[in-house]
Amino acid sequence: MDPAPDGLVARLAQERPIPLAAELACAGGELLALVGPSGSGKSTILRTLAGIYAPHAGTIAVGGETWLDTARGIAVPARLRSVGFVFQHYALFPHLTAQENVMQAMGHLPSAERRERARRLLAQTNLSGLEDRRPARLSGGQQQRVAVARALARDPKVLLLDEPFSAVDQVTREKLHEELATLRRELRIPIVLVTHALDEAMALADRMSILHRGATLQAGLPATLLARPASPLVARLVGLKNIFEAEVVGHEAERGLTLIRWSGQLLEAVHAPQFAVGSRVAWSIPPARILLHRRERPSRGDHENPVAGTVVRCLRLGEATAIALSVVAAERSDLYFSVPTHVAQRNGVEPGARVNVSLLADGIHLMPPATGTGAEG
Amino acid sequence: MDTAALLLSVKLAAATVLILLPAGVLIARFLATHEFPLKPFVEALFALPLVLPPTVLGYYLLVALGADTLPGRWYEWLTGRTLVFTFDGLLVASVIFNLPFAIQPLQRAFEAIPEDVLHAAACCGLTSPQSLWRIELPLIGAGLLTAGVLTFAHTLGEFGVVLMVGGSIPGETKTIAIAIYDRVQGFDMTGAGLMSLLLLVFSIVAIGVTFVASNRRRRHGPGA
Repeated sequence: MDPAPDGLVARLAQERPIPLAAELACAGGELLALVGPSGSGKSTILRTLAGIYAPHAGTIAVGGETWLDTARGIAVPARLRSVGFVFQHYALFPHLTAQENVMQAMGHLPSAERRERARRLLAQTNLSGLEDRRPARLSGGQQQRVAVARALARDPKVLLLDEPFSAVDQVTREKLHEELATLRRELRIPIVLVTHALDEAMALADRMSILHRGATLQAGLPATLLARPASPLVARLVGLKNIFEAEVVGHEAERGLTLIRWSGQLLEAVHAPQFAVGSRVAWSIPPARILLHRRERPSRGDHENPVAGTVVRCLRLGEATAIALSVVAAERSDLYFSVPTHVAQRNGVEPGARVNVSLLADGIHLMPPATGTGAEG
Repeated sequence: MDTAALLLSVKLAAATVLILLPAGVLIARFLATHEFPLKPFVEALFALPLVLPPTVLGYYLLVALGADTLPGRWYEWLTGRTLVFTFDGLLVASVIFNLPFAIQPLQRAFEAIPEDVLHAAACCGLTSPQSLWRIELPLIGAGLLTAGVLTFAHTLGEFGVVLMVGGSIPGETKTIAIAIYDRVQGFDMTGAGLMSLLLLVFSIVAIGVTFVASNRRRRHGPGA
């Protein structure tokens, strides 16, 4: 929580009506994604940053300015906060043209400059030629671009994006993703993106904050959150399916390994000395760290955590085939991974088939076991 | 045709609209965007003229605005005129009597503006008056038209309150609705019929305009 001077820091707390226990930090030029399921409070947090929702307790500082400090009675109103906000359904002013929409946010500029600057912003968001259209005559993607241009028109100290890609089709979404990635290279302000789409957050964010019931569970680099979730709940929220429980049986510091027993099988995992021998742990493995053994010819790595199982589901998704493997004698033990479709065909992977896989030790991450937060299962 | 009564009615209706629309906009906007414990009570109070018999409202206004009351004495001190049995008193009564006809369509229109559009206005840095002038008023056009037309038409036709508070003083408080009644009392059915026809045609046009306006709003959304 020690951002650069142009960054954003926020701590929010309240119990009702919407529980909040969030801590955020986002440096200038950084894109922070708030990720969580519906009702996790991510939109409320964004609205709190903008000043259109007032929490019971909290502090918000942006670029060295305090926008909220409930203990000191400071609550700067939304119109004085200098935020660029892109709403989920854009909230454009329906009676104004694209250009007039953008110009509404330019109260800080001399009126002579506004028209020209609005034109430049619309050009920057690929809307040249559409300046005089009203929102009803623009496509979803074009409306989103107007909303982005309007948000930037304020010369904001922070850019807030509330599910800005949820109302457009897949092709448009990918195009808008690219545009945002290009645009943000020129922005030196913190950008906070709210999304429930994990792939979107992974693709766009520098850092991710995982939210559940208004609380920040873990924040960090997207790759770190995927590889080393702090808890089974975080693992589940970042989309990991392979989450199991095991018992720690020993540590081998010199080899960088911890040994665990999972349903009677010994597995080597990434060294985690914080878990005592004999204690229960949860473990996860990304699908990419599960290797299918070739049927005829064993290969390198086959001896690493070999596990046998029965294919219970096999779903061909174009060039990849998603596999669910039931591991013998283990309860709730379906391993999920995918292989190229031609590999699945060559190795006879089909429902009912017996196959062997290796669970690569560097992919097995240990966590404290689930504490009954209600998100199991 | 009692031209003086017709002109007086039009003058009263126009003055009522001129006072009530700005006041109604502010009251309706407040009610549409605020929640407070006594809100249902306040809304009910503004809606009361819809169900209260006009003579009952007129009676209370007569009592409240009389020369011996605080408002009556204050007004007389200020202008040298009384409120009851004058055009001024009639206007006060008309404004109060028409509150629901102005406030309700305006409040519905303000409520129809998506909350995020108002938030967007705030995030654009617009002050509350700027947001009202540039964003909200253009979006409640149909509501403004409905409120204006209903208030105007309703004032033209009002009888009970006008008679109680204004009496029937020609050129001062005798409106067209009272003139029609007088003509019938004097067996001038032709004159009464002519004036009734005028009010009938006007009412049809007025109600037609409000229906067209609200249909446009339904089909095209706010701002259309």
